[in-house]
Amino acid sequence: MAIDKETVKYVAHLARIELRPEELDKLCRQLHDILGFIDQLSSLDVKEVKPASHILPICNVLREDEPRKSLSPDKALKNAPSREGDFFSVPKIIE
Amino acid sequence: MRYQTVIGLEVHLQLSTKTKAFCSCAIDFGRPPNSGVCPVCLGLPGTLPVYNKEALNSAIKVALAFSCQIQEHTKFDRKNYFYPDLPKNYQISQFDLPLSRNGHLEIISEGELKRIGITRIHLEEDAGKLIHGSNSSLVDFNRTGVPLLEIVSEPDIFSPQEAFDYLTTLKNIIEYLDVSDCDMEKGSLRCDANISLRPEGSKELGVKTELKNMNSFKGVKDALTFEVIRQTELLESGQAISQETRLWDAGKGVTVAMRSKEGAKDYRYFPDPDLTVFVIEQEAVKRIKSGLPELPKEKMRRFIKEYGLSEYDAKILVNSRRDAEFAEECLRMYPGKDKKPVVNWLIGPLLSEANNRKLSLCGLKVDKQELINLVGFVEKQEISNLSAKLVLTQMIDTRKPAEEIIKENNMLQISDSTKLEAIILEVIRDNEKSVNSFKEGKTNALMFLVGQVMKRSAGKANPKVVGDLLKRRLTGA
Amino acid sequence: MGLNQFTAHELMGKLKSREILPRDILEDLFARLKEVEPRVKAYARFKPEGIPSPEQSLGLPITIKDNICTEGLKTECCSKILVNFRPPYDATVVAKLKAAGVSIFPFKANMDEFAFGSSTENSCFGTTRNPWDLEYVPGGSSGGSAAAVAGDEAVWALGSDTGGSIRQPASFCGVVGLKPTYGLVSRFGLVAFASSLDQIGPITKDVEDAAILTGIISGYDPNDSTSVNQQVPDYTGSLGKGAKGLKIGIPKEYFIEGLDAEVKDVIDEALNKLKFLGAVSKEVSLPHTQYAVPVYYIIATAEASSNLARFDGVQYGYRASSDELIEMYKKTRAEGFGEEAKRRIILGTFALSHGYYDAYYLRALKVRTLIKNDFDAVFRDFDCIITPTSPTPAFRIGEKTQDPLKMYLSDIYTISVNLAGIPAISIPCGFTKKGLPVGLQIMAKPFDEETIFRVAHAFEQNTEWHKIKPKL
Repeated sequence: MAIDKETVKYVAHLARIELRPEELDKLCRQLHDILGFIDQLSSLDVKEVKPASHILPICNVLREDEPRKSLSPDKALKNAPSREGDFFSVPKIIE
Repeated sequence: MRYQTVIGLEVHLQLSTKTKAFCSCAIDFGRPPNSGVCPVCLGLPGTLPVYNKEALNSAIKVALAFSCQIQEHTKFDRKNYFYPDLPKNYQISQFDLPLSRNGHLEIISEGELKRIGITRIHLEEDAGKLIHGSNSSLVDFNRTGVPLLEIVSEPDIFSPQEAFDYLTTLKNIIEYLDVSDCDMEKGSLRCDANISLRPEGSKELGVKTELKNMNSFKGVKDALTFEVIRQTELLESGQAISQETRLWDAGKGVTVAMRSKEGAKDYRYFPDPDLTVFVIEQEAVKRIKSGLPELPKEKMRRFIKEYGLSEYDAKILVNSRRDAEFAEECLRMYPGKDKKPVVNWLIGPLLSEANNRKLSLCGLKVDKQELINLVGFVEKQEISNLSAKLVLTQMIDTRKPAEEIIKENNMLQISDSTKLEAIILEVIRDNEKSVNSFKEGKTNALMFLVGQVMKRSAGKANPKVVGDLLKRRLTGA
Repeated sequence: MGLNQFTAHELMGKLKSREILPRDILEDLFARLKEVEPRVKAYARFKPEGIPSPEQSLGLPITIKDNICTEGLKTECCSKILVNFRPPYDATVVAKLKAAGVSIFPFKANMDEFAFGSSTENSCFGTTRNPWDLEYVPGGSSGGSAAAVAGDEAVWALGSDTGGSIRQPASFCGVVGLKPTYGLVSRFGLVAFASSLDQIGPITKDVEDAAILTGIISGYDPNDSTSVNQQVPDYTGSLGKGAKGLKIGIPKEYFIEGLDAEVKDVIDEALNKLKFLGAVSKEVSLPHTQYAVPVYYIIATAEASSNLARFDGVQYGYRASSDELIEMYKKTRAEGFGEEAKRRIILGTFALSHGYYDAYYLRALKVRTLIKNDFDAVFRDFDCIITPTSPTPAFRIGEKTQDPLKMYLSDIYTISVNLAGIPAISIPCGFTKKGLPVGLQIMAKPFDEETIFRVAHAFEQNTEWHKIKPKL
C-alpha cells in the first residue's frame, strides 16, 4: 500500500509530533517500505479467524472498592516541568 | 415549511463508589488540588488499571433499570486524543462491545406517556479539571479516573421540554438506585445534546449540532430552545447547518461554535490491552436484578393501589426515593383506613414547609409518629387546621412533640358545649341584627355569628360544634 | 578473581556463610565499572564520580533496565522525553526483589529508547558495545543489561522483552536470558512499550541464576489485570533433571534462507548434544512464522502509539517551550523522542487510524491467533521447541541503522514467542569463528518454564560455553 505525504502529515498531527520537511520525506519512504512488507498479510484468508486482542484466556479481573492512600500533592507534582501552586500548568487553552 | 426537532441526549453520570474506576484513590471532591491522586490515575509511566467491582455492579443496576440488555461479552477500549486533563492522552471507554444496549425510558411529557429509546449504556473514566488563567491553564487531576457511565439516548426526543422531562425522569430513577449524586451543578451528572431539524414528515435526519456546557436541566432546555430557533432561521433563509460542537453560554443565553477538536473518526479506538475482557454471567445479572429497589413508576402504581392515592398525589410523593419511603412509613403508621388526611398533610403543609426551607420532605427531619399524632389531633377536631400548621412549624423548629406544643400554646379546641354556651349567649345578645337576619332566612348570618364566637374564644372553639349549638338555639330545634 | 565474576547463586552461598559482605561485592563491581564501563557503556547514566559508597548495600545487587520503575531513582527509558523522571513508586518486580533481600544497583542499564530497537543504538545516552567485540552491537533492546552481565559489570540483571529484547541481546552477549510466559511476571512498573507483548525477565550468567531470579519476580499481582493468579513453582527444582526422553520440535521455518551458516552449524551441534543427552527431536512446522514480523510491527507499534501518548510535557519529563498548547505538544514530542520512537509512533497511529484499522490492526490480531494456534498444535506432541535465537551473530555498530526494515528482521526468530505469549530462553551454545557468541532458543508451552529450565540446565551443565568470558 502506498502511503502519501498528506497521510503521514495527518497521522503525525494526530500523534502530536512535529516533522521537519526532510524528516517527512524520509519517513514517507521508510513507511512505504515497511507497509509494503506488512502487506504480505493481505494474502491470508482470515475471515473466519477470531482476533487475539488478548493472548490469555483470563477474564473478569476486578478490584474491591476499598480506598488506599493517595500521593501527597508534593509527590504528585515532584516531576512537573511547570507548576503553579499545587496545579500542573500548561500553555493557556483557548476554546 | 414546518420543521420537526430531533434530539438525542448523552448523559455522563459519575458513579458514587468509594474509590476511582481503575485505582484505589478515595473519591472526595472537597480536596485541595492534586491531593486525591496516585501513580495510576496520574497515568505515570508503568502503571496499570484494574477495574472497580462496585462500579461494574452499579453500572449493571443502571442498565437494568433502563431495561437495557446486558451484553454477555464486554471490554474496555482506548479512545485516543490529546488534552491536558487526560493524563494518559487516552480515555478508557467502551467502543464496539458496550456493557449494555437497547433499553428505554418511559416519560410523561405534557400529559402524554412516551417511550424514549436508550441506544447504549457504557463504562468509562472521568477526566481532570482545567482552570483557565490569564497566561496558562491549570490542571487538577483529583477527578481523573472517577467512574462514569455514558447513557446515550436514541434521537427520539422531539422538543426541548421532552428533553427536560427525560432528564428529570432519568435523574429520578438514578436517585432510586442510589448509585450517583446526580447533581448537575456539581458535575456528577453532565449532559450533551445532539439536535437537528427536519422538514415535518421527513424520515431522514438533518445535519446535527452537538451542544455542550449546560450545567442544569433548565440550561439544557434553554440551549435546545435557542438552537431550535437558530437552526429554523438558518433553514428558512436557505442556509445550511454546519455539523459542529457548540457551547452554551448561560449568561448570554446563546450557543457559540467551538473551535474544532479531533473528530470522532480520529479517536483510534482499540481494545485496551491492559484490561481483560468481561464475561457477564446471566446468574450475576439475575442476582443484581432481584436486588434492585422498587423504581418510581412501580412505586407510584403501588401507592395508588395500596393507599388509594390519586395519580397526582402519588406522582408527587415518588419524586424522590427517600421522600417516598418517608411518606410510605407515615401512611403505614396512620391507623385510619382512609389515608387521605395523611396524604393531604404530606403534599400540603409538609411539602410547603420543605419548599420554603429548600429541603426535601424527609430533610425536614419531622418525626413520623409525631406527624401522625398531629394529623390525629386535626382529624379528631381537637385542634384547628390553622393551629396545626403552626404546630408543624414549631415541630420542625424545636423538635418538640406535637402534643407538647399544643399544650404549651393552649391550642386545644373547645368542644365542650357548656363552656361554649356562655360565649354563644353573649354573642346572640350583642348581635341582634344578625340574629334577626338569620331568622329571616339569611344563612350567611350564621357564618358571621360563628366567626364572632371563634373570635371571643381566641380561635379555640370548634367551629363545627359552635355552628350546631348556634343553630339549635336560634331555631329552637 | 573479583566477586563481580561470580554467579548470583555462588555469591549467595558466600554471603550465607558470611565469607563475604554485600559491600564486598559492590566494591568489586564498582572497580570493574571504573575499568571497563567507559568502553562498554552498559549503563545509562554512569559517571565514575557518581559512584556511591558501597556501605549502603544491604544485599546482593541487581542491575535494572532503565524502563523498570525504581522509587526515587531515575527511570528515563533512555529517552530525552523522560529526562529526570524519578518514579514515586517501585515496580512490583523491584518491590519483590527488595523483599527477597536483593538490593537495587544504583546505576540502571542502558537500552534502546523505550525498548524500540534490536541493537541498543537508539539510546539517548549512546550505544552500548558488545563485550566480546567493542565494534559490535550487544543486541537490544536490553543490550545494557546483557552487556553488563557478560562483562561482569553486573551480577545479574532484569531486562524486558517485547519481541526478543531479552533473548536476542543474551544471545549476542553469550549470557542466559528468559522471556517468561505472558502474565507470569507483573508488568506493573514496567514502562509500557506494547502491553499485550511486554514481559520482564532475567538476564544472568547461568541457568540456575535465571531459575532463581524468575522465582523471585514471578507471581500474581493484583495491580496488573493481566497477571495470572496461580502458584509459582520452585524453578530450581527443575534443575539437574537431565534431558532424557524430552521431545523436542525443530521448526523447519527457522532453518531457511537468511540463517547464517556458522550459526546453523553451532545450533546443529547443540541439537546433537541434546540428542546425546537423551532428548528426542523431530522436525515440526510453524506454518505462519513468516507473518510474525509484519504482525508484530502492527500490533506493537499500535499499542506503543497509545502507550507513549502520555509523554507530552505536562506532568513529567521534557517540555519544549511554547505558549500554545498544541505546539507545545508537537515540539516536546519532536524534540524529546528519538528517530525510531517517532517512526514507530507514527506507524502505530496510522495502523489504528480511521479507514486502515481493519486492514492493518484487526487483520494483525487475527493472524496473531493463527500464530498462536501453530504453537498450540506443536505443543500437543512436543515438550519444547528449539531454534536459533537470532539468524545471525551480533552485527557491526551502524550496520543496520539506516534500514529500519532490516533491523526489524533481526528479531525474526524471537517475535513469534511474544505473539503467542509463551516462554522462551536463550542460552549460550557456541561461538562463531570470529569469537562472537551464538544463542540457543528453547520455547515451551505457557507456564511451563520448568521444562525450559530443565532442558537449558541439562545442556549448560554438559557444555562449557557459559564459562567462557570476554576479554575486556
